[in-house]
Amino acid sequence: MAINQLKRTSLYDVHVAAGARMVEFGGWHMPVQYSGIVDEHRAVRSAAGLFDVSHMGEVEVAGPGALESVQRVVTNDAAKLSVGQVLYSPMCTPSGGIIDDVTVFRLGEARYLFIVNASTTAKDLAWIGEHTRGAQTLDRSSEFALLALQGPQAQPILQRLTRTDLSALKSFHIAAEVNVAGVRCLVSRTGYTGEDGFEIAPPWDEAPQVWEGLMETGRREGLMPVGLGARDTLRLEAGFMLYGNDIDETTSPLEAPLGWTVRFDKGSFIGREILLAQKEQGVTRKLAGFEMTERAIPRHGYPLRVGDEEIGRVTSGTFGPWVNKSIGMGYVPKALTKSGTPVDVDIRGKAARATIVKLPFYKRTAG
Amino acid sequence: MYPKELRYSTEHEWAKVEGKRVRVGITKFAAEKLTDVVFVDLPQKGVKVGYMQPFGVIESVKAVSDLYSPISGTVVDVNTKLVDAPEVVNTDPYGEGWMILVQPEDSKELDKLMTADQYATMIGESGS
Repeated sequence: MAINQLKRTSLYDVHVAAGARMVEFGGWHMPVQYSGIVDEHRAVRSAAGLFDVSHMGEVEVAGPGALESVQRVVTNDAAKLSVGQVLYSPMCTPSGGIIDDVTVFRLGEARYLFIVNASTTAKDLAWIGEHTRGAQTLDRSSEFALLALQGPQAQPILQRLTRTDLSALKSFHIAAEVNVAGVRCLVSRTGYTGEDGFEIAPPWDEAPQVWEGLMETGRREGLMPVGLGARDTLRLEAGFMLYGNDIDETTSPLEAPLGWTVRFDKGSFIGREILLAQKEQGVTRKLAGFEMTERAIPRHGYPLRVGDEEIGRVTSGTFGPWVNKSIGMGYVPKALTKSGTPVDVDIRGKAARATIVKLPFYKRTAG
Repeated sequence: MYPKELRYSTEHEWAKVEGKRVRVGITKFAAEKLTDVVFVDLPQKGVKVGYMQPFGVIESVKAVSDLYSPISGTVVDVNTKLVDAPEVVNTDPYGEGWMILVQPEDSKELDKLMTADQYATMIGESGS
């Protein structure tokens, strides 16, 4: 049976014991929900949620040529990173398509760690390895588990389990060798939910100790375990891209709202020539967000129309549990990306009305 | 969990005989599987439905599922409250969460449906 070939994280038994519904995702056996997507989603927005994202891959590039190698494969400018900083970037093909979107941690003077999507780990590892010069590429995916603690109560919860001063850890920064519940972890102030929070990387086998410690102490704030279902609705409300849905090798970062991650001023990188031409000539389509103005839920793949003409397809769509409306994104002709533009979503053969809106759908209030 | 007076389909709908009409909804088991019902798309009054043919759609945050009619006939009433309060399907699947009321063409079709005990066995739960 195919299911036996699925990989398990070190938290598999913890999830099953917690009553999680397990599904296949990117070759892994992962929890899609525990108590329910809506409950879990609201917990992250109002208190805190704990996610197992150990399925994500980790690739380290280390050696004298590390920076130059990283710069070659990412479109964003890694030269701006100090040790202990984090960068978000697409990696592109020579034709400007997106191979993956990654975060890059600068661990040391000449050490960079890529956090990559689970389903693209093998492809990314090969691509990064192929373009690394004067440095080594190491697959460290099996060494690190990865937990995400997200929500307004994330800091007080994590602070009770560590002596490291978390108020000193700024957004998009990392702290190495942080002792969390007695386990030495790499901790970054990053996430994929639109909330403040941390991503915590303990050694693979020690993740259960960190997970149980956080769940135990977080109970008083209302910390809940959160599955991939709410991870998807949270990131969509926050306007973040999901690789394989909203971006892939057929889309460019300039069509997606990722123009800010393409730094032409940094010098050469893979995809630069085509992306520069796209920037100069202008792209013909852009990823736009929309809200349904009637009751109906858009889903991945549904056609977007104006009148009888198909203008694009929904790349991501859901009912947004916190914004309390049906929301989605899709690529549409540039002329139709203005806020307030009416479009239809073809839902099972019926036209349902929607309006183009600015991304994100949800933005947390400062503090 | 599965009231004795109802009959059950393999697609997790229930049918309740009310005089000459049959009220239709989904079971507690189905509602729990869906977890968070956020949208229900039902037919208009007067529409014909067929035995074990789709009559509507129910959506949770994550999934879209067809609804199947456990009886052939004409829809004579629709629970329009579910448009604004689809979550009632989760909280009261056998009461306020009903979906359509059907004037049957052939009441004998009801004999093809399962009893509460048979349904409980099908979904792997013990009876009553």
